[in-house]
Amino acid sequence: MRLLKLVPDNTNIDFVRLRGWAFGLTLALTLLAVGVTFARGLNLGVDFVGGLMIEEKFPTPPSADRVRSVIDGLGVGEANIQTVGDGRTISIRLPAPASNDEGATNAVVRKVETALGQQFPGATFSRYDTVSGKVSGELIKHGVLAVVLAILGIGLFAIFRFEWQFGVSTIVAIVHDLLVTLGFFAITQFELDLTIIAAFLTIIGYSINDKIVIDDRIRENMRRYRKMDMREIINLSVNETLPRTVMTSVTILLALIALLLLGGHVLRGFTAAMILGIVVGTYSSIYVSSSLLITLGLRAEPNREKPGTTDKRSIADAERITPREG
Amino acid sequence: MLDFPRWKVASIVALLAALCLLAIPSFLPESVTNTWGSIPHPRVNKGLDLAGGSYLLLEADTADLANSRLETMRDQVAAEMRRGNPRIEIGDISVRGGQLSFMLRDPTQVDAARERLLSITGGGAGMTGQREWDIQVVDTSRFVLKPTQAGLTQAVDTAMKTATEVVRRRIDALGTKEPTILQQGSNRIVVQVPGLQDPQQLKDLIGKTAKLEFKLVDTTANPAEVVKGNAPAGSQVLPYPGNPLGAPVIAVKRPVIISGDQLIDAQQTFDQQTNAPQVAITFDAQGGRKFARITQENTGKPFAIILDGQVLSAPNINEPILGGRAQIMGNFTVDTANQLAISLRSGKLPIDLKVVEERTVGPDLGADSIRAGILASAIAAVAVIVFMTVTYGRFGIYANIAVVINVLVILAVMAMLNATLTLPGIAGFILTIGTAVDANVLINERIREERRRGRSVIQSVELGYKEASRTIFEANVTHAISGVIMLVLGSGPVKGFAVVLLIGIVTSVFTAVTFTRMLVALWLRREKPKTINI
Repeated sequence: MRLLKLVPDNTNIDFVRLRGWAFGLTLALTLLAVGVTFARGLNLGVDFVGGLMIEEKFPTPPSADRVRSVIDGLGVGEANIQTVGDGRTISIRLPAPASNDEGATNAVVRKVETALGQQFPGATFSRYDTVSGKVSGELIKHGVLAVVLAILGIGLFAIFRFEWQFGVSTIVAIVHDLLVTLGFFAITQFELDLTIIAAFLTIIGYSINDKIVIDDRIRENMRRYRKMDMREIINLSVNETLPRTVMTSVTILLALIALLLLGGHVLRGFTAAMILGIVVGTYSSIYVSSSLLITLGLRAEPNREKPGTTDKRSIADAERITPREG
Repeated sequence: MLDFPRWKVASIVALLAALCLLAIPSFLPESVTNTWGSIPHPRVNKGLDLAGGSYLLLEADTADLANSRLETMRDQVAAEMRRGNPRIEIGDISVRGGQLSFMLRDPTQVDAARERLLSITGGGAGMTGQREWDIQVVDTSRFVLKPTQAGLTQAVDTAMKTATEVVRRRIDALGTKEPTILQQGSNRIVVQVPGLQDPQQLKDLIGKTAKLEFKLVDTTANPAEVVKGNAPAGSQVLPYPGNPLGAPVIAVKRPVIISGDQLIDAQQTFDQQTNAPQVAITFDAQGGRKFARITQENTGKPFAIILDGQVLSAPNINEPILGGRAQIMGNFTVDTANQLAISLRSGKLPIDLKVVEERTVGPDLGADSIRAGILASAIAAVAVIVFMTVTYGRFGIYANIAVVINVLVILAVMAMLNATLTLPGIAGFILTIGTAVDANVLINERIREERRRGRSVIQSVELGYKEASRTIFEANVTHAISGVIMLVLGSGPVKGFAVVLLIGIVTSVFTAVTFTRMLVALWLRREKPKTINI
């Protein structure tokens, strides 16, 4: 049986030559993402701004305008109404009642449920979240802290296990991945809640996975071909690991697309963020983090050579170019 | 590489088989596993987002506790100075700015006063060896008592332990299944109740301090003044929402006749004449005697039944109440009477609790989420399995076996650790399927490469595993770093995701590297192929 190969053997794409363009594109994408985030703002869920979120399921897709007019008539504050899932579920976001008494929140939830139950027979409540301003502040703080610590922890690990250039280039690439994902949330106005923070941390984990695999190969090739030019080593390493990079990204994307289409609306934002993160992360692994190593001045240090292992081969006689027969 | 001694094969197979068996109970309905009796059957707990139910985060008002602690101390000081011989006259006693201060009429009594203060503030050093109160004398005759941070911390700690216990008793009384009640941090309590249909009832129950007091009604008060909020000296105006005489306020005398601390039982019953719901209470021996004495002395006068600073009812004492049994009447429904009985039985909360976060998931959404999650997982698994097989042939099939075992092993480990599976946890599962495959992709790509370099089958496989293992290690350590951070800092969904991710990282390295290596080695040894299709 002939097996499937997504990437042909012995590719020799000059990724490094494209790095000027890649850096330009990366910078443009990042600036665009940051700009959009500032201009449009993020659609922060009750997890992060506090307040109430009620999700109600209707027997048939209701008109959002009618739901809004019912809620507006209750005098419980300005409602933000969104259709989620298959259109039969409506998410209603309300500010937390001014009163500090927890009975006030209960009263609002009950009011909304009763009113909707009367206006739309057969409507049932799916869930509701209420988060006080104090807790939402903590959730934001912890979320941001988690993301920053994860980036720093991983960067430090890369610096200790490899060279400092690997740490820096990895951090730069990850920050890029996150900013672009954030920009995506600003454009689509998907609701940003706690599960999205989990998605961000996973994107970081996955993206670094990708970069470590390439970095590991660069380090290996630096030892194997000591006299080879850094550009060639990086090109060689990225090409050698390309089948794995593409293969793994495709498998994970397959799994995530299944989740996006079938996993229900609760996880939709989460999966959307992951899918985008993986695409962006794969791009930055191939084009950004490894090429950045040259800009940062990484070179094989001669004093690290062990006697007897000196190898003067260049790319011209690297083993990989000998094709096998049969 | 081919060197896999029989004992090693046997132990790997035995370990994985045992873990897979342990995963089975999680797939069976509870009605089946319940009949197993003593056979161990750990199950994966379903989180509230899957099972439906309520999550509440309660926060204690510590400032309030500090205040009431000062006020208690004020009363204690006043009583102590009055009691002993000689009596120490004090004046200008006040609680302000977080401290208690008072003045001695006779400055020569400073030492005697200090002795008495030390006796009521625990000799200056509590059980922890740290002072709970700072005692200072200023201007020769003024005492200033400041609570120390250590004392306050300890008081909050004690109050929180009691509060957690009280909340547990109240929720248990509701008869809900498997509630979780845990103290979190210094001043919070997490309550999780799976499958609860009416979270309102739960909150009503928790929201009550259930501080019950009986006080005499001040019949001398001028009703017009009471409405304005003014009461005669020694009395106070309290809200009385159900007052049959009009204004929703009433004046009562300050001293507490008897309080809920002396209750030993409370039950919801019905009034024999009107059939209205009421609460029957029973005092302990000491409380019963006190109640008898006071009702004897005040027969014919009204007294007020006060719950959490609100008057429930103010009946006349028609006859002395002997034997320590009484009824509380108010504007009750069966439900509210029952709730009051539960609150009184489980004791009063030593500290006010506020709901600062609540998440309630209806049972329908939970069931929908499970269905969607399982379907997505199954489709994801099938896609990955097909893809791996057409890409790597035999090696892909080995990887697929490893992935399936990996999923079962994660479930078994979760069941044994008593971890909870949440919806983000299912997402974690799917991601684990994806990344577990990555280890095998790395290995197989490496084998392909080595084959292209012209190495023999055995050499290629050996080098493939060796070189890839290092990369897999690096990659998984970094992944684990973000997992640990999520577990430590995250809450709710983030945590649920991290649990599955971390368990998955450990188990997938074992199944994807060690287990597939064993399968490959056994095959190579048996078949001794000259060439491999990879």
